[in-house]
Amino acid sequence: MNETKVIQTGQIAEVWRRLKRNRAAIAGGVIVLLFVLISILAPLISPYPPNEGDLGKRLRPPSSENLLGTDPLGRDLLSRVIYGARISLQIQIIAVSIAMVIGTLLGMVGGYYGGKLDHLMMRLMDILLAFPGIFLAISIIAVLGPGLTNLMLAAGIYSIPQFARIVRGSVISLKEKEFIEAARAVGENDFNIIFRYLLPNSMAPIIVQTTLRMATVLLTASGLSFLGLGVQPPTAEWGAMLSNARAYLITAPHVATVPGLAIMLVVMGFNLFGDGLRDSLDPRLRD
Amino acid sequence: MSTLLSVRNLKTQFYSAGRTIYALDEVSFDIEEGTIFGLVGETGCGKSVTALSILRLIPYPPGKIVGGEIRFRGKDLINLPEDEVRSIRGKEISMIFQEPMTSLNPVFRIGDQMIEVIMLHQRLGKRQALEKAVEMLERVHMPEARKVMKQFPHQLSGGMRQRAMIAMELSCRPFLLIADEPTTALDVTIQAQILRLIREMEREFRTSILLITHDLGVIAEMCDRVAVMYAGSIVEEASVENIFEDPKHPYTKGLWGAIPRIEEEKENLAVIPGIVPDLSQPPEGCKFHPRCPFRFDPCDRIVPPLLQASSGHLVACFLYGGGKTND
Repeated sequence: MNETKVIQTGQIAEVWRRLKRNRAAIAGGVIVLLFVLISILAPLISPYPPNEGDLGKRLRPPSSENLLGTDPLGRDLLSRVIYGARISLQIQIIAVSIAMVIGTLLGMVGGYYGGKLDHLMMRLMDILLAFPGIFLAISIIAVLGPGLTNLMLAAGIYSIPQFARIVRGSVISLKEKEFIEAARAVGENDFNIIFRYLLPNSMAPIIVQTTLRMATVLLTASGLSFLGLGVQPPTAEWGAMLSNARAYLITAPHVATVPGLAIMLVVMGFNLFGDGLRDSLDPRLRD
Repeated sequence: MSTLLSVRNLKTQFYSAGRTIYALDEVSFDIEEGTIFGLVGETGCGKSVTALSILRLIPYPPGKIVGGEIRFRGKDLINLPEDEVRSIRGKEISMIFQEPMTSLNPVFRIGDQMIEVIMLHQRLGKRQALEKAVEMLERVHMPEARKVMKQFPHQLSGGMRQRAMIAMELSCRPFLLIADEPTTALDVTIQAQILRLIREMEREFRTSILLITHDLGVIAEMCDRVAVMYAGSIVEEASVENIFEDPKHPYTKGLWGAIPRIEEEKENLAVIPGIVPDLSQPPEGCKFHPRCPFRFDPCDRIVPPLLQASSGHLVACFLYGGGKTND
């Protein structure tokens, strides 16, 4: 599909021009980029192995030896936060991919064909949406059992309705456009109309939703891990690290602050970047 | 000359909010090979629905072709299976739309879209399809055809987009081209260019054209035969000379009377009194009778049939016979 690649270069330049002018979005983008780089380079840049502690160095405050201090088991917090980024990114990518693929497919089919099938799917989505996100995720984990895989599944499943609804809305409005009618008039079949006309034209909201969803999924995942339902110790995961630090909030506040800040920064980064993307991809602003 | 498309008693209806909208009511006409057939009427009279019915593109729900016959080169389009209709669309019957701004896929380059259509209907490799696309763009006098191939729709002007559409639609050499208000969205100079192009293409490709418009000037300029539609029915059909020199139906006369003439000085434009009927509750009898200055006894009871008033001139009006009158 070299065609799609070619197309995007033309449009990406345009989006980039607009994005550049949005400082908050650029800040968000930089945070996201750093986060991704840190995840990839974790083994190279972390000063210590994440899971090896020295009990003699428990709860040390930041020092030249341990830049961000140590945790209750004497493990280097900086290294753990760096490795935590890896786990977080993995959870985000897999969970959001699950939601994006399934949600987009449901939204496309529902929006395009309409009728009973659409009704059934959208009521199903309404049911999912009726639960508060974290509660739904907890219920799913209660059924599947805790652990990294199930955490990603849970976070993915509860994000499906967002994608389904956004894509469906976009398809329903696109469906009325003349170029879809024109596509039919030149003899295109449904499959081609969905994948070559509707999907590429719905990319903007899907990309924005993907970015924003990254933030939500991170929050949910760390929340679940905090509750002990997600990633299990000793794996360095930010939510689980926070949970570990609870007992030492007064005596060693840095233990909670470090992963807490990490979560906050990354969530903020994705949100700022997503908002900026939405503004620069907004078709109403297009010339 | 033989008949390419024959529409008989076509009835298309839409169902919405418990009401039935009688969009097309017993529409019949023939298009001969190598001619331009004009369909003229006000907004909402069923011109576009006729076009979409021919291509079987009436969305269901809410719309449905409930009766009649559409014969195209010996095939019964109404009862053809969907995949066969799909292979006719774009290949044997093409359609260009009113709004060139929105009838091209905004995310693909012109060239890719053309290649896609060409490869959909013809057994050509990608390179051959590309050459064919360039050739077609050159034939519609697109400046810098090769450059345009690499451009996105939003980089072209309205007239260029309409040229690209015409090139795309003619690339498979269809027998019939349906042009639904092809110039309405364009400014006057571009309109003239596009109309000239359509005429030229008709001669060059020997394509018959169904030209839908509400612009009587376009009709006079372009068409061989003309049908006037009102409220979902054809009220008059004749050659372009006859219909302009001798309009017969009171609605046609009213329409013609509404054309402002440059030599006349008038305060107000002539209008037809009343409004277009609600097609969910069309009037009994002749649908034009509530607005007709010549209505008489049978008009509000019996639907006037489309009959020959003089040679090749069909009118659906009791003034020209067909109904029982009291005298």
